[in-house]
Amino acid sequence: MATNVASSNDGERKALDSVVIRFAGDSGDGMQLTGTQFTQSTALMGNDLATFPDFPAEIRAPAGTTFGVSAFQINFASYDIQTPGDDPDVLVAMNPAALKVHLKDVPKGGTVILNVDAFTDRNIKRAGYENNPLEDGTLDNHVVIAIEINKLTNAAVADCEVTSKEATRCKNFWALGLMCWMYNRERQPTIDWVNQRFGKLPNIAAANIAALNAGHAYGETVELPSGVEAYVVPRADVQPGTYRAVTGTEAVAWGLIAGAKKAGLDLFLGSYPITPASALLHTLTGLKNYGVTTFQAEDEIAAVCSAIGASYAGSLGVTSSSGPGIALKTEAIGLALVTELPLVIVNVQRGGPSTGLPTKTEQSDLFQAVYGRNADTPLPVIASRTAGDCFETAIEAVRIATKYMTPVILLTDGFLANSAEPWEIPDADAIADFPVEFRTDPEGFHPYLRNEVTLARNWAIPGTPGLMHRIGGIEKDYDSGHISYDSDNHHRMTKVRAAKIDGIAKDIPAQEVAMGEEKGKLAVVGWGSTFGAINQAVSRCVSGGLNVAHIHLRHIHPFPKNLGDLLSGFDRVMVPEMNNGQLVHVLRDKYLVDAESITQITGQPFKVSTLEREIRSRVEG
Amino acid sequence: MNIETPVEALKPNDYASDQEVRWCPGCGDYAIIKGVHRTLAELQIPLENLVFFSGIGCAARFPYYMASYGFHTIHGRAPALATGAKLANPDLDIWVVMGDGDALSIGGNHTMHAIRRNVDLNLLLFNNEIYGLTKGQYSPTSQLGTRSPSTPQGSVDAPLTPLSVALGAGARFVARTFDTNQKHMPGVLKAAHAHKGASLVEIIQNCIVYNDGAFDGWTDRKVVSDNSITVEHGRPLIFGAEENKGIAQADGGFGIRVVTIGVDGVTEDDVLVHDENNKMLAMMLADMKQPEFPVALGVLYNNPSKSYDDAVHEQLATVKEASPPGTINELLRKGRTWTVSEGS
Ligand SMILES: Cc1ncc(C[n+]2csc(CCOP(=O)(O)OP(=O)(O)O)c2C)c(N)n1
Ligand code: SF4
Ligand SMILES: [Mg+2]
Repeated sequence: MATNVASSNDGERKALDSVVIRFAGDSGDGMQLTGTQFTQSTALMGNDLATFPDFPAEIRAPAGTTFGVSAFQINFASYDIQTPGDDPDVLVAMNPAALKVHLKDVPKGGTVILNVDAFTDRNIKRAGYENNPLEDGTLDNHVVIAIEINKLTNAAVADCEVTSKEATRCKNFWALGLMCWMYNRERQPTIDWVNQRFGKLPNIAAANIAALNAGHAYGETVELPSGVEAYVVPRADVQPGTYRAVTGTEAVAWGLIAGAKKAGLDLFLGSYPITPASALLHTLTGLKNYGVTTFQAEDEIAAVCSAIGASYAGSLGVTSSSGPGIALKTEAIGLALVTELPLVIVNVQRGGPSTGLPTKTEQSDLFQAVYGRNADTPLPVIASRTAGDCFETAIEAVRIATKYMTPVILLTDGFLANSAEPWEIPDADAIADFPVEFRTDPEGFHPYLRNEVTLARNWAIPGTPGLMHRIGGIEKDYDSGHISYDSDNHHRMTKVRAAKIDGIAKDIPAQEVAMGEEKGKLAVVGWGSTFGAINQAVSRCVSGGLNVAHIHLRHIHPFPKNLGDLLSGFDRVMVPEMNNGQLVHVLRDKYLVDAESITQITGQPFKVSTLEREIRSRVEG
Repeated sequence: MNIETPVEALKPNDYASDQEVRWCPGCGDYAIIKGVHRTLAELQIPLENLVFFSGIGCAARFPYYMASYGFHTIHGRAPALATGAKLANPDLDIWVVMGDGDALSIGGNHTMHAIRRNVDLNLLLFNNEIYGLTKGQYSPTSQLGTRSPSTPQGSVDAPLTPLSVALGAGARFVARTFDTNQKHMPGVLKAAHAHKGASLVEIIQNCIVYNDGAFDGWTDRKVVSDNSITVEHGRPLIFGAEENKGIAQADGGFGIRVVTIGVDGVTEDDVLVHDENNKMLAMMLADMKQPEFPVALGVLYNNPSKSYDDAVHEQLATVKEASPPGTINELLRKGRTWTVSEGS
């Protein structure tokens, strides 16, 4: 725990500059909710923060099992941070299974807060402990706060007229109350949320609030073991501006809406539920008043096809899924590509192949996005790096899709979709409009007439008098737009489709260096949600005097024009990815650069320390 | 100056594109497109408002031969594309052309769901009981024992009956006609068009190359009167060259049977009257097969309910009225925000 005792005017609280807390319990214990509420309060306190929700694939795995453990980690600080933190300073374990799964990550001297009421013989056995870990020395290296949380919660809600089951369910709010006390978080945002959420169930609302307050009061009054005290984490010194907490899912949804508005189109989302992409469908369907139509299709194929149909009719068609669903959409993406209709495909990546690890994060669909279709079918691929960045990348995806009349794949992942970060809210008015101009002039019209600069075909929508035409998957004649089986024409059309996509490189920003110099010993090249971990690792190395730089790609296809030159300015190139090595191959293929691959396919984000070690081993000595 | 120029009425030929039609000579699809052109001209549907979607197959070439808007999509998926287009622009007049393999094999799921949702689409199913484009393999509507390149000893799996499947999926409009029945087809197509919601029309089509004569047993001019029945709402279910046969309730209970008026004391009063709102009757008519029964033609079921696109747009309107959209900046600032000021 990075301590630094300050003489603050905050009573007896000890000032910390950063803390990592992990809440862990049974899937039914409400840990995600606890974490989210703690995050909200923390954001409002002005700390910088990053979170990592980590939950099991089963909705309600058998109670007390290790595979049913759900966890939520938050890292908050008085300075600028980028990742949810490597190891927790404090672990809140609501049952033995949570302790079993997560204790190994808590460093020596770290604090473990336990709900002893859950440490029954049965639960201890279920978690796979032979003996009671509270008694056999398992926790000797840690500061342990063992509390009868069930009992105290039940007592706190005794007056609330709830059943004993409902009472016990409030225990996560009791734990939340205690943590609010310990880290000086305000309870009011949570109380407001409870009242709103349980407005129709006043007894339940009252019980949750009572539990929250009781946990807080417990901290104030009970003597805690030595080494545990009340803390304060001063607000971060961040850029002036208006902030909010945002998840990648929300930012993609808002970005798509903003993009559609900038293009002057209505937004149509065709989707089929799949973890971790479903939340985007849920979020967008809640925003119908912004001109959004959502359609839960019968499968992913129908989802993408409905979006293509909507684009054909003059809306912005969007479809969202995760790897297995994107695989099903592949044939239809080819149709959108060859008919040159705008389409945004959001892939919220998860662990694979096949069903894989549905609730874990991975970035293993890069090959699928760049290469994964039959025939010569290049399309733009964009990747988001942080939750907030999802807003900008979604707008960029819409801009490119409509300007170049092409499907665009936007890659996010489960970590980005679910994790929250404080976000300086941009001024949407400051982002340039890119209005679509439908073709209306019949003079000289055919459907595959191209813009000389962008090579995009003109877009005429049904309902327009005088522009009736037919499009489809069969190859079309370059000069008339009619069906053509001519071999030279097919060669020409394939080339022009590729040239159109390659030309986008002229219309995207040059690649920048996110950290470090533009030349040097080592470039660490990343993409997607590894941004925070790489940036922090490189930043530590740079401040330690090492000659290393961080380059993070947003545009995966086409690459920015200067990327090749930039990479050639470094002696070595290292590419860390949460997959078995994909971007590294694309870079080697494109630039003949001897890039080295660092891989981690554990379903967990990279630790800063891991990357730091990899960097040091390459540039030190 | 305001001179009214009378709009020239559209003729059947105005609905045809200038593209050379590439179906095999003698293919039933020629007759069908003629019937469609005639129907559209009778309805005077403006070309710019008309969209034909199709999947893949011989039938699916249809949009290229139309002068309207058209989208030749991918195998089986046309109903899904059409659904998206209809939701995006409910004013479009959308027709979907599908083959039997297209609609019932690879696209079975989409056909079923377009019907179940009751999307306002005119779904035309060209049933030739064979895969034409891929050179003659058996299809999900091929009769048991069909010999084809993929079933040289004859198919062993039972076919499905498209209209029965559609009624099972909750269709509100099902009808049947056949390619050369040019007097009948426009009426059926007009009824389908008038029906708001998913309208499924099975158009029996002869594939002269791979399944020639598959329907001769009841479509041939010599037998059509005896082996098929053309139903009309409110009219008795009478058929036969001599108009003396009818569909009556089965003896002593549930089901139907064929009766001959004047035999065994049967009178015209014993013959059932067609009621296009009666789903049970529609199910029985849809399932009538040769040789026991005549094949039913015409509108078997027509019982409209709210279309999906209407329901979706009503909901959108309600939401917009309850909470009018703000600017993007307002959207981004909804919920909890906090402000960090200079020097804090
Ligand atoms: C994904 C895919 N699978 C298979 C095919 C090959 N294919 C094209 S049409 C067709 C079947 C055509 O039969 P039907 O739908 O009955 O239409 P018809 O040709 O008889 O009019 C098949 C299997 C294809 N084009 N796409
Ligand atoms: S193969 Fe059959 S269905 Fe296809 S065009 Fe020829 S006759 Fe018509
Ligand atoms: Mg067929």
